[in-house]
Amino acid sequence: MPKILNISHLGKTYTNGPKRLTVLDDISFDIETGETFAIVGPSGSGKTTLLGLAAGLDSPDSGTVELCGTDLATLNEDQRAALRNREVGFIFQNFQLLPTLTALENVLVPLELQGAKNANSICMELLDKVGLADRSDHYPSQLSGGEQQRVAMARAFSSTPSILFADEPTGNLDEETGEKVVQLLFELNQDSNTTLVMVTHDLELAQRNQRILRLKGGKMIANESTIRL
Amino acid sequence: MNDTDFRTPNNLNTPRTNLGWLFKMAWRDGKASGKRIVLFMASIVLGIAAVVSIQSFSENLKENIGLQSKALMGADFVIDSKQPPNKRVLDIIDSLGGADAKSIDFPSMAVFPNSGNTKLVSVKGIEGGYPFYGKLETDPISAASEYQASGGALVDATLMMQFGLQPGDSISIGKIVLPISGTLISAPGITGVSASVAPPVLIPYSSIESTGLVQVGSRVGYDFYFVAGPKQDLDALDEKVDPLLDAENADLDTHTSTGERLGRRYDNFGKFLNLVAFIALLLGCVGIASSVHIYIKEKLPSVAVLKCIGASRKQGFLIYLIQIAVMGIIGGLIGTLTGLLVQQSFPLLLQGFLPFEVQISYAVGPIVMGLSLGLFMSVLFALSPLLRTWYVSPLEVLRIQETTSQKSRTANILVLSSILIFIFLFALWLLGDWKYALSFTFGILVVFALLGGIALLFMRGIKKYFPKQWSFTARQSLLNLFRPNNQTMVLILAIGVGTFLISTLYFTKDILLAKTSMEANKKAPNLILLDVQTDQQKAVADQITTKGLPLLNNIPIVTMRMQKIKDRTVNDIREDTMSTINGWILNHEFRVTYRDSLISSESLEEGNWPEIAPKEGVVPISLSDNVARDAEVGIGDRLVFNVQGMLMETEVASIRAVDWGRMQLNFSVLFPSGVLENAPQFRVLTTRTPDEGTSAALQRELVKAFPTVSILDLRQLLKVVDGILEKISWVINFMAFFSILTGIIVLIGSVRTSKYQRIKESVLLRTLGAKSAQILKINALEYAYLGILGSTIGILLSLVGSQLLAVFVFKTAFIPSLIPFLVVLPGITALVLAIGILNSRSVLMSPPLEVLRKEGI
Repeated sequence: MPKILNISHLGKTYTNGPKRLTVLDDISFDIETGETFAIVGPSGSGKTTLLGLAAGLDSPDSGTVELCGTDLATLNEDQRAALRNREVGFIFQNFQLLPTLTALENVLVPLELQGAKNANSICMELLDKVGLADRSDHYPSQLSGGEQQRVAMARAFSSTPSILFADEPTGNLDEETGEKVVQLLFELNQDSNTTLVMVTHDLELAQRNQRILRLKGGKMIANESTIRL
Repeated sequence: MNDTDFRTPNNLNTPRTNLGWLFKMAWRDGKASGKRIVLFMASIVLGIAAVVSIQSFSENLKENIGLQSKALMGADFVIDSKQPPNKRVLDIIDSLGGADAKSIDFPSMAVFPNSGNTKLVSVKGIEGGYPFYGKLETDPISAASEYQASGGALVDATLMMQFGLQPGDSISIGKIVLPISGTLISAPGITGVSASVAPPVLIPYSSIESTGLVQVGSRVGYDFYFVAGPKQDLDALDEKVDPLLDAENADLDTHTSTGERLGRRYDNFGKFLNLVAFIALLLGCVGIASSVHIYIKEKLPSVAVLKCIGASRKQGFLIYLIQIAVMGIIGGLIGTLTGLLVQQSFPLLLQGFLPFEVQISYAVGPIVMGLSLGLFMSVLFALSPLLRTWYVSPLEVLRIQETTSQKSRTANILVLSSILIFIFLFALWLLGDWKYALSFTFGILVVFALLGGIALLFMRGIKKYFPKQWSFTARQSLLNLFRPNNQTMVLILAIGVGTFLISTLYFTKDILLAKTSMEANKKAPNLILLDVQTDQQKAVADQITTKGLPLLNNIPIVTMRMQKIKDRTVNDIREDTMSTINGWILNHEFRVTYRDSLISSESLEEGNWPEIAPKEGVVPISLSDNVARDAEVGIGDRLVFNVQGMLMETEVASIRAVDWGRMQLNFSVLFPSGVLENAPQFRVLTTRTPDEGTSAALQRELVKAFPTVSILDLRQLLKVVDGILEKISWVINFMAFFSILTGIIVLIGSVRTSKYQRIKESVLLRTLGAKSAQILKINALEYAYLGILGSTIGILLSLVGSQLLAVFVFKTAFIPSLIPFLVVLPGITALVLAIGILNSRSVLMSPPLEVLRKEGI
């Protein structure tokens, strides 16, 4: 299977005055196309930083990130944005919907950025899939947390991404709503054969992925298949 | 998905910027949040309305002067002289085919025999069909064409009303009595201002001689009016004939040159009003910048999300740029329309200042300017906050870092420089002088920098010396002033600049009024007797003193012209195209006095003034600083004067600073005693009458006994000046109203914007159990601090600015009015407080969750 994400000797350090904080230290792993992959670890272990670097939202201090066959270091910020638009979907803990856009408009944005045709019908279909077709003209502030996350999922899948990054997708939801969202996430992932990279500290949720990467204090302590577990 | 689908850098170029999508995004986002900055659009609307109305009116004025220049002059060109035209002038007139009409004019006292009332009037004796353009508007209409034949007089309408005169009554001028043929409503070139000082009275030319008022030393003007041929080149004529006439102390004016001169005169007033309007516009820009600053700050998380899902920096930036630009265009459009409506009221406001009726039309220039200003200024002043969208990192969606979109220092400097260059260029365009434009830009920069600096110091000061022992509410309100997202800087700027402008207007009015106020000086003369012949002076003086009134001055006046400046004759200088000596020096008839001491309005700047002239040789004289400057002479330079035919060599012995603003007789050329005593001269006598009754009685007696003497009643003149000042201040206040209203709107906008910053805190406090009264107190105190601080700094800066104006521009003492302290300071503070409290209402009156939902937070 081809590798969709290849991370090699990745390091990231933040400087705050005289203090230097190493957040990630010599991380290497790769993810195959279509794989579901969880990154777990305690708070402050560097999970979100790793996700940000893998998705090209930030640049590492050392090592390389190869996403969809492209070394991100060779791209400038706008090229990385273009790559994300075509190949990457995102789901965030706090949903990150655009507050001034309706549910449908939020889902439309990635496709509109690509200049896609029939975007409206594709997005309405997606909203229907996540059970929110009748709420398409509602603004985020008029939706519940679970509904907002479902809109975020519809947005993430609207551009049929090759890889989806999810940052604590159930972190802001109650157990029942969270479960529904996770089910939907895996369903959509299976339907579109998208690679899923998920950051979570919910071990139960992590176990539902094919592989788990464990981080502690910025270091990788395990990268194992859940099947063997 | 397979390997070949993966992108390479080459096909990952920045997504094409689909303009349609950008507009769609701008609209989607704008319709949900645009109401937050509607108020700021209102501020730019007012600024543009002010500029467009003034610009458009100025254009109209220029156009009207151009169209009506013939009607303003009443002829195509005029030859005029302040002395009886000599043979050479008459020859020139003949060579031009002879004048089509002529007139003689002079000031004189008119007596109305029915009532015995007297009044200084401007008598004009006319022969021929003048005016050839425009018309004499009279009541009855026929009087305009009949007064010459019937030997009657046309008397100014206000004067007729003032003394209850009717056509058919009589008017006595000098030695003759004429029947009043009609009321003179308007005549070419007569303004309300000049008519209020000496109202016009038109009589037949043939009656002038019999008045007995045209004598040696009288201030008489001789005009010859011409109608040009259809193809006559007036500029060429002016160029050819004017130098010949100049040599004979006469002058040729064409209707175009007079129109231009008039245009320039109104241009200065227009420039001043333009600056007031420009300040309103700048205030609006402060509003735009501050609103966009807060607006964009709220939008940064959305921009980060957009970048995260694939929008480029350019796309993120352009969405909000389009919003601002569209707002600017709409603001410009509404502002321009408002400005065009406002200018309709200007002819009414300026009635009395203009010698003609202004026909209002819509000039293209100001309309285009208003529309482009809206767009240009909104974008320019929004650029700095807008740039943050460019630099915001998509990483912020993961909340790894706080919102810290650091702008590039270069970009910031570029934006700031563009703003300053724009202000300078706009001021240059308005003022036409780079020094003034630079001073204006510098002044604006200093005021803004001082206000900003003080706001910053204030914030740091509170932080450093925070009163920890204060009550919870007092501490919270103080904390609001320097916490993240505080509005201290923006509000202090808005309040400070607004207060600065309002107070400066008040203080400037104080300065102007102080200069003209006579009542303060109980010893100053209020009745000036002009044109008193030497042989009359004793009798006139006796008439004053026998009534128990003081003879305050008895000033001799000798008229003379410049003959040579530093060994060059004035004719040579006139012909020298390279000469920079001011033309008026060469053509002016100087009214000179002689005395042995300086008076209170004079101070010696250079040289020494010999009180008594040496018996022989060159006469040492003293020049006022403006004459020395315009004639380009200094101490020791020689000047030759033509004293009514006799040449007199003089040397500049001293240069004086003269306060021309004082209501007293001042002289630009001063001779020492012992030189001019035997020259043909007349005298000016002054006295002070205790009341209007005594003044009127003395005037009646004097005019009866000495018909050639003109009397200037300063008490009446002061009323006229007061009236004029009142009108001017009305116009200034009208324009200032735009600035003030803009300031208030910026204020409301700033306070409203700060509401979004404070609302979360207030709701949290409510959730934690704070009572409405506590939240109200916190908000009220915060706005009270800002109101007091902003307006106090504004007034103090205005005090300094007005003091500088008083010293360097008006050259007078400055006693500030208390109004800014007693009215403006508490007024503005109360306004800020009221707006702030009104904005807190929604938080106080609704449950916390409802507030958060309603405000979309």
